[in-house]
Amino acid sequence: MVPTNYYVILSAILFGLGVFAFIFKRNIITIFMSIELMLNAVNLAFVAFSQAFGKLDGQVFVLFVIVVAAAEAAVGLGIIILIARNRQTLNVERVDLLKL
Amino acid sequence: MTAPLVVFFVLAALAVIGAVSLILQKHPIHSALSLIVVMVAIAGLYLLMGAEFVAAVQIIVYGGAIMVLFVFVIMLLNAGVEEHTNLSKMAGAPGLLLVLALAGFVAATVAKSGASVQATSQTGALSSTKGISEMVFKDFVYPFELTSFLILVAILGATVLAQREKS
Repeated sequence: MVPTNYYVILSAILFGLGVFAFIFKRNIITIFMSIELMLNAVNLAFVAFSQAFGKLDGQVFVLFVIVVAAAEAAVGLGIIILIARNRQTLNVERVDLLKL
Repeated sequence: MTAPLVVFFVLAALAVIGAVSLILQKHPIHSALSLIVVMVAIAGLYLLMGAEFVAAVQIIVYGGAIMVLFVFVIMLLNAGVEEHTNLSKMAGAPGLLLVLALAGFVAATVAKSGASVQATSQTGALSSTKGISEMVFKDFVYPFELTSFLILVAILGATVLAQREKS
């Protein structure tokens, strides 16, 4: 049996890498992908604690997180398509004005 | 070292390598492929924990649907290699600091509370799919119905957003 600690630490590492990618990357699609990475890291912690405490609540929450992530991906990619169409760029540094 | 521990370390290494590769790759399509590696590795970890239903959903929804959406958008927009200015390279330093602080905080918390969590980690072996279905359709039935509404709103939102303006 793998100790729960290991899963939580791995989850923290993946979350940290997600945060770093979110700050460091400049392509809006990659930034969006790093959000998915963070969600995955949190899901891992949820399932690890679900297993540790012998309750299934954590796994049900993971299912809800996945549903929300799917909805978020659909709407977010729609927004990205809109930005790319209006600005002709995917670099977030060139998307710094509210007005066109 | 027991067999589950070996499997854990292989999958964990795969996930971390995939995540680092997501950061280091210059082209978004390579980042997307790295992210798929991370997701498959995490699905393997779910299987290792005995959460087979969540593992299947992870592969189908994340590895399948969401990543296909990402790859599709990358190809649709013809995204090229990302460009870094001096300012954006500078953002790496505070980012790294932030990440180290976050990881240190979590590691300290886990180290402090590790004993109590580890003590209960032997329960394992839940019949997860049956239990999950009972929880989703009994205890969590209202949130479950709400998520279907959320998906409906997301479909409408994505359709409206991606629509070309008629001028």
